[in-house]
Amino acid sequence: MAFFDIKGLVTPFTALTQLGKAPHTVTFPYHKKETAERYRGLHYNNIEECIGCGNCSTICMNEAIDMIHVDGVEGGKGDSGLRPRVDNGRCCWCALCVEVCPTGSLNLTKEYIYVTPDADAFLWTPGVSNPEGKEIISFNSSVETSLGMYNRIPMPELEGKERVKSFAEVMLYYSEEEAREEATRCISCGLCTEVCPAHMHIPEYINAIAKGDDNEAIKIIYDNNPLGELCGKVCTRRCEDVCAMQVRGDAVAIRWLKEYAVGRAETADIIKEIVNPEIKEPNGFKVGIVGAGPSGLTAGYYLALKGFDVTIYEANKYAGGMTMYGIPKYRLPMESLDKQIDYMKSIGVKIEFNTKVGKDITFDKIYKSHDAVFVGVGFQVPYKMGIKGEEAVGAFPAVNMLFDVNNGKTPDIGNKVVVIGGGNVAIDGARVSRRLGAEVTIMYRRRVVDMPADWEEIEGAEHEGVEIMPQTIPVEIITDENSKVKAIKYLKAEMVADDKGGRPRPVPIEGSETIMEVSSVIGAIGQEADYSFFTEEALKEIEINRGRMVVDENMMTGMKGVFAGGDAVNRTADAISAIADGFKACKSIEKMLVK
Amino acid sequence: MREKATTLYLGPQHPGITGNMMIKLKVEGDTVVKAETHVGYLHRGFEKLMERRNWLQSFTIVCRICVPEPDPNELNYSRAVEEIEGRTVPERAEWIRTMMMELSRLASYLLWFGGQNGSSGLYTMPQWSVGDRDYILDLFEELTGGRVYHMYIWPGGVRRDLPDGFADKVLQTMDYLEKRLKKYDDLMFANTIFQKRAQGIGWIDPKKAVEWGVVGPPLRAAGIKSDVRIDDPYLIYDKLDFEVPTQTGSDVWSRALIRRFEFEQSISMVRQCIEKMPKGEVYNKIPNPMKWTIPAGDAYVKAESARGEFGYYVVSDGSDKPRRVHVKGPAYVHGVTLLERILVGANIADVSFIMNSLGTCPPEIER
Repeated sequence: MAFFDIKGLVTPFTALTQLGKAPHTVTFPYHKKETAERYRGLHYNNIEECIGCGNCSTICMNEAIDMIHVDGVEGGKGDSGLRPRVDNGRCCWCALCVEVCPTGSLNLTKEYIYVTPDADAFLWTPGVSNPEGKEIISFNSSVETSLGMYNRIPMPELEGKERVKSFAEVMLYYSEEEAREEATRCISCGLCTEVCPAHMHIPEYINAIAKGDDNEAIKIIYDNNPLGELCGKVCTRRCEDVCAMQVRGDAVAIRWLKEYAVGRAETADIIKEIVNPEIKEPNGFKVGIVGAGPSGLTAGYYLALKGFDVTIYEANKYAGGMTMYGIPKYRLPMESLDKQIDYMKSIGVKIEFNTKVGKDITFDKIYKSHDAVFVGVGFQVPYKMGIKGEEAVGAFPAVNMLFDVNNGKTPDIGNKVVVIGGGNVAIDGARVSRRLGAEVTIMYRRRVVDMPADWEEIEGAEHEGVEIMPQTIPVEIITDENSKVKAIKYLKAEMVADDKGGRPRPVPIEGSETIMEVSSVIGAIGQEADYSFFTEEALKEIEINRGRMVVDENMMTGMKGVFAGGDAVNRTADAISAIADGFKACKSIEKMLVK
Repeated sequence: MREKATTLYLGPQHPGITGNMMIKLKVEGDTVVKAETHVGYLHRGFEKLMERRNWLQSFTIVCRICVPEPDPNELNYSRAVEEIEGRTVPERAEWIRTMMMELSRLASYLLWFGGQNGSSGLYTMPQWSVGDRDYILDLFEELTGGRVYHMYIWPGGVRRDLPDGFADKVLQTMDYLEKRLKKYDDLMFANTIFQKRAQGIGWIDPKKAVEWGVVGPPLRAAGIKSDVRIDDPYLIYDKLDFEVPTQTGSDVWSRALIRRFEFEQSISMVRQCIEKMPKGEVYNKIPNPMKWTIPAGDAYVKAESARGEFGYYVVSDGSDKPRRVHVKGPAYVHGVTLLERILVGANIADVSFIMNSLGTCPPEIER
């Protein structure tokens, strides 16, 4: 190349041809750039959809998101009442908050701030500060793109046909691998802890399971629930109803995970070894407990750990209360309950079996020989259906049948059974009847969706061949000459909207009267408590309202030193509420006597 | 008469470099007799930060290690994590990743065209090439939602599939850039002034190049055909038809030509990706990021960035956070040890010119 390459000196000047052309990237006057459809701009949060789980705040590595109270957002079950506030000055627009939002309420928009002299412009509450943001959502969250694990690991269970052959446990429970994967789905928001009556440390034990530390999980569970395995099998699991994952997918199987963890400890000794509780020196106080149901056992366990001399008086041969006698063994096997109660005995809880208070020992004697008494008697006496023929042979309450079956008896129910009711007891009665070889029909006044029973139980019953007849009102049990059940007469009902805004009512349809031939009628429309064991003096002080004992915030009844809990106190009537009552009563008793 | 040596501080802000870095020059007259590089103006401690962030959070940091070319960081981090965990990546995602890498190379070269000319006083070229780079950033914005930091390639694949009509836009942009390359030739490569400035300047001894750890365009400009894309193919480079150009001059001019030819190759590769890309999933989902643990192990992965071989060494101790992430970028060698050597004897006016030809990126030296 010659030193003076003329062409090489001239060609750069072709750039001058650009002078007449319009500029490419700068326009005057300045107008804001129209951003792409997927632009990661300022946040928008749908305040209504957001549940305040705080997952966005957790993932944000810049700590740009904090959770604050927002006017007009009350919170409640499944909603922390908090909403994210974003400091856009810290935000790096990675949009991981969007990717991990379980509800999909948090999205990014096409909006951006190029420059502003107002520093506060960068600190705002998405959705509140920019309600118009919903019109320009760009980088959005969907179930497909979200990092939430929305699908529950299916629980292995026995085939319906196999199940009805025996009382073997229906659920086969998670393997280690399945449990770890299911536990990984939890985002540790803690909304579950809020609604759990016992406020169990759910995110913590699930985290321990996810990390592979089952022993740690067991320890955490036993921190405020000594019947973890029982709850793992039969809990009503209100926690799962509010799980952040159920907004767009399946709730984390909190109940099964608890079962998995506690189920790792196969004997009472192993539980003791793992939990390794600190048992305080005896403090000289004596506590008597009426009823070895979940509330009594829980109070007894934690009181014994704190050095109290605890004696539980139980009318029956085994402990567990309604969980022992009311829940069929295919849901809660005897061995599981035995293991948990043996462990309690091993740390010093004394249980006097076959000792019915009011008959074998007076309440007065218990009251006088102990520093405090806890009453956890539960609801044992079934309601009557109030229809003609109820006293016939072959018509009986479900709880009585369940009691007999759980005691090893085989009641004669014939081959065609009708169960009346829509709660868990009705389903239990129906499924047990299937196992006794009968054809079973459940009659319920309202629709299937209105049934108070657990949906998994309803499904289980259907799989086992139980027929459900919704909107059916029994009116009479027809008997034969030997006063034995022969048939049931019922009416179909239609649902009528309630004028006062309540749930729709079933109203019988005239002329829909039908008669079905049956061999047994099992009633399951609720139970109540039997307070006949209380002395007259005690009943003067203990207030009973609508069948339930009235207690103060310390679980104490009107009678000083007499505490109460469980079904006979709380309205939710489930094991976990009873456990929570027992735990709370234990603290109150300790506060009253020791501190 | 021999002139007395004086000390000259170049930087930390100066033309021809993306980021801040200072060079302490000992000069006699106009000639550099000793060069000492001083870094530390951009230290943000990314490697250390990652030890306190979980595996997914760390993915959003790595792109910041190199501003002009963040994608190789994302790719390497993701590939290393995938290798340790044994996570597979859908085939379509591999194609999209390759397309991203080549688009990123184009954007990086456009910025480099600007820098190389800016440091020699030819100021029209930066206006053009940086402006044209914006068209690639528009593509990035449409695909990933971000213009500069894409945070798009993540462990398991890529975050989102191509939006509707995106492929056509990419092809249009490639046509445009191909047309523009002719203009760049007029302005830069056929420009006698640029040639005179670049030829024979910043010579790297080809015999020493490998020993000194030179990689990428500077190594290929020294006549050594070395490119991770052909030496150790990753993604789907073995399915693409492309050439790796070499030169023998080993000077700034040769290095410029390498980039010029590779620019053409990259345009062709992006087109091939668009044409051959299979349909299917783009992401193999990771578990809940808060509980995502990677089995204990380590992995070293490398990719060919616009500046040369770019490596990531990632160690996991089995927890939810990286135990160690070590970034081995080309800038440490090019910008520190090599630069100190080849600046000796150079003219002061050529210092930033030479530095730019090596593709030095201070943020990546300090990561």
